[in-house]
This record gives sequence, C-alpha cells and structure tokens, in this order.
Amino acid sequence: MKNDKLSLEKLNYQAQKAYVATMMKIIGNGLAAMSTRDEEARNELRNIRPGFVMQMTVFPSGPTFTLQVGENGSAKVLADAPGRPDLVIRFKHVSHAFQVFSFQEGTARAFANDRMVVDGSLGEAMIFVRCLNKMQQLILPKFIAQGVIKRYDENLGLAEKLSKATRIYGEVFKNIIRG
Amino acid sequence: MSKPYYEFFCPVKVIAGHKALENIPFELKSLGAKKPMIITDKGVRAVGLLTHLEESFAAAETEVTAIFDDVPPDSSLNTVRAAAQAFRDAGCDSIIAVGGGSVIDTSKAVNILVTFGGDDLLAYSGAHNLPHPMKPFFVVPTTSGTGSEVTAVAVISDTTRDIKIPFASYFMMPNAAVLDSRMTLTLPPHITAMTGMDAMTHAVEAFTCMAANPISDAYATAAIKKISANLLKVLDNPSDADGRLELAQASTMAGIAFSNAMVGLVHSLGHATGGVCHLPHGLVMNLYMPYVLEYNLDTNGDRIAELLLPLAGADVYAATPAAERALKAIATIREMRDAIYDRCKLPRTLQETGKVSREQLPLIADQAINDGSIIFNPKETDRADLVAILERAWG
Repeated sequence: MKNDKLSLEKLNYQAQKAYVATMMKIIGNGLAAMSTRDEEARNELRNIRPGFVMQMTVFPSGPTFTLQVGENGSAKVLADAPGRPDLVIRFKHVSHAFQVFSFQEGTARAFANDRMVVDGSLGEAMIFVRCLNKMQQLILPKFIAQGVIKRYDENLGLAEKLSKATRIYGEVFKNIIRG
Repeated sequence: MSKPYYEFFCPVKVIAGHKALENIPFELKSLGAKKPMIITDKGVRAVGLLTHLEESFAAAETEVTAIFDDVPPDSSLNTVRAAAQAFRDAGCDSIIAVGGGSVIDTSKAVNILVTFGGDDLLAYSGAHNLPHPMKPFFVVPTTSGTGSEVTAVAVISDTTRDIKIPFASYFMMPNAAVLDSRMTLTLPPHITAMTGMDAMTHAVEAFTCMAANPISDAYATAAIKKISANLLKVLDNPSDADGRLELAQASTMAGIAFSNAMVGLVHSLGHATGGVCHLPHGLVMNLYMPYVLEYNLDTNGDRIAELLLPLAGADVYAATPAAERALKAIATIREMRDAIYDRCKLPRTLQETGKVSREQLPLIADQAINDGSIIFNPKETDRADLVAILERAWG
C-alpha cells in the first residue's frame, strides 16, 4: 500500500511538472504577447530598462521561462538567460508552482504564503506581478480570475476581454509552435 | 478560518533586562569568541552608551578588541569595507553592533565580508546567497523601532550608482539580541515617539496584511499591547527604565512579527515618501497608519477590529459593539497620535511635516506602486488609490 501511494505521489508530481512546464510557456509567451497587444501592460514595462532579464523558475532546476524587456515596453521570451538574470522569481517546489498555475492560489497569496523567493529588484517584480494579474484578467474566465487576483477590473468589457484574449492566445500558440 | 500554510522562523536568542549587557561576555565565550569588535556610530559613542558595555566587559575580564564608530545614518558599501578592514587589522573574531538600523545593517554586511573574505559585497547581494553561517554576531539596539535585531535582511547604499542593495539570508540573523534599558534611556522624546510608532506599524501591518500567521499574530498583538501601555508613559517620564525596557521588547516582538508576516501599504507609502521627501521612516509610519487602515477597512475590517483589544484593553473592547470595533481601533490609534503630537509635535498629516509639497504627491504614488511591500497589502491598490490616500493624508 505504501509503495502504491508513493508511486502515485511520484506520478502526481511528474504530472504537475509537465503541467507547470506547459503553463510556463503559455505565461511567458502570454506576457510577451500582451506587451504588444495591451497598452496598459506596455506602459508598465516601459518603466523597466531595456535589456532587463526576468526569470520565473522552480527549485531546483525548472521548469523555467525567461523574459527580456526591450524598447518601448516590448518583451520577448528567451531560450536561456544570458548570464545572471536581473530578477529571478523561484518557486520553492513544483507543487507550489502547480497551485499558482492551476489558479488555485493567486500570485499575491503565493508570495504571502512564502511559496517563492524573489532574487533581484522588488520594484521590477511588482511590475511583472501587475502584468501577470492583468493577463489573468484578460485570458481567464471572470469567475476564475476573481479567485486569484485581489481586484477584478469591473470596467473590463466582454468584447475587449475576448478580443485581447484571442490575440494573446493566438500569439502564444504561434510562438510555442515555432519553438 | 485556519491558515492553510505558513512559515515562521526566528533563531535569535533574546536577552532582555536592566542588566542584559552583562551577559554578553558569557555568551561570546559560549560561542568560542574572544576578540569582539563593536560597530557603532559617533552619536552612540558621544552619549557614553559604550561605557556600559566596556565596564561590564572589564568586570568579566573580557576585552573589546576594536571599536569602529564611523557608521553614517545611511550606510554605504565603502563604510562596510572600511569596517571589515578594521576587523581584519585587529584580528577580531566576532561583532557586536551597538546602534540603530544603519549600524545593524552595516554590521550584518561586515559579517559577510569578514566571514567569506574579499571586498566584493555585491557577490552576496539578493536572496539566500550566503553559503553557510557567519561569525558570532550580537546586536544591542539603541532605539526601539526598527526590529533589525531579529530580521534576516540588510540594505546597503551603493553611493557611486545611487542605488540601495538588498541582502537577505537567514545566516545574517544575529546569535543574540541584547535589550538593555540603559541603551534607550537617553533617547530624546521625538525619537522615542517616532521609533515607537515605527514598531507599532510593524505590528499592526504584520497583523492586518496577507502574510499574517498565528505565531506572528501572537508577537504582533503582544507588541501592540506593550507599546499602547508604555509609549506615552515613557514620553512623560523618559527615565522610566521599566517602560523603556517594555518598548525595547515590543520593538523586538514587532520585528519578529513583521519579518515573518511582512508589512503592507503604510510601508509602501513610507518608503516612497522617505525617498522623495527625505522624511524619517518612523515619522511617516505614524503619519500614514490610520489613513491606510481606513483604506483597507472594507477588505479586512475583521482583522482591524481585533486590534482594538491590544490597543485599548479588555474593558473598551468588551464595551464596543463588534461592528464598531474596527473604527474604534483606528480612532484609538488617532487618539494616540494626537497625544504624541501634544507632547513632541510628531506630524499627523503631510502638511504638518512642513517638508512635503502637494506637487510631490504624484511622485510619491509613482514610487509607492512599485514598493515590494504593496503586494502584501490585503486590498489591491492602483495609482489612483495611492493618490487618494495621499490627498487624505495631506490634511
């Protein structure tokens, strides 16, 4: 019985890791896509110096996504960080990342529950968190988004949400297929 | 509702009392240290606070090997390097920080250099980049506010690039915090008030923000109770050694609370205002606290209501209907601020500071929105919210 439970746990972690790896690609590419599709996100990212590299990862060795901010608030996904990233947000365990990426726990709540460690400037980390919140508002159904962000923007109309979400998902899948 | 997950950590031994300094030689010996260096500032030395330490050491046949007293109010990489060099030159093996936040942060950073070698402090910046425990390290606070004696962080200025470098590691926490009433007896009233309200804010935000947990709650409420009961008493009678000791313990308890439960929007606004207008940290904590609690009221009024018990005592709590306790708690903090203002003119509004112009409010909001503590505030806050709070705090 004990061995069965252990192997089920192992399987569970492997499934979580695969899910988190997929979501890392979606979130990373989603943020990059949003930087070209959403003025609010672009304005946020304009506050970060061009060339700034941000990484979100899971202890000890991933999954990971790496994002580099460019000119005028644009952002692109990098295959690898060129040297030490300026900002690393590291989940302490894949199950914590799974909680967040399966929208059972919001980003702010995850920070408050010590699920991750921030290495680098907290100012830039706050900007990324706001972009992440904005993306969740756009791409998730309202009833899910309301559960993971502290305040849902009631001025966000359905037409705007659908239009931006479609374009973000389109860019994400295009980029993932391109590799 | 029980908290589904949290972490709590405080390995710092607390030695508190009217003769607590006398225990340091024994504690040093128990850690195998024989040649301590004191790190302090010229103000602490000038008012004779080191004398207590030196005399207690002499009576225990122990020597202070070196004293570095050149720590400025806003410590820098150069200061850390100079202190580390002094430590090496004198062949020291342990550090005793005697001072406020700047001295304590400097000492934590000096311990990094003297433990791991070299002069490249930046190699250890960021979170959890220290590989193993450091040299024996004791902290003797001379103010009752920062709580730095029990935190795992330090911030050091890089004056050449005009940026502040954060360091965070459990290994930076001291082996012991020594709280001795003699070390705060000479604090002037306005600094006693500012630092006391700094500690109060640490406790209030630790209790009311998102990372609060049952253990930090215990420390936070105990700290609030001690500050409420003793701050005005000490302002009226600065030589009240028992009251001073209560405030010192409250500051450490609040430090333990916020280093585990973090802080929120009062600190976001306070850090930004400190950066833009160069106002002391404790002053802006006292200033913003009620405005932020009022802002958060519709999100966590139940938690704010619980503050009434440690703030005002059991009789007031019991006599206040449950639905009114949150507002009563905020009113109690306002009354306390008024009483402090009557005694030492600690400002309650931005106008009363005389050092902030209304045109600076948008700039303060711009900086506050990117402050790391904002994420722990229970209520989402955008730039317009910040400007609205600042307008209310304008007075």
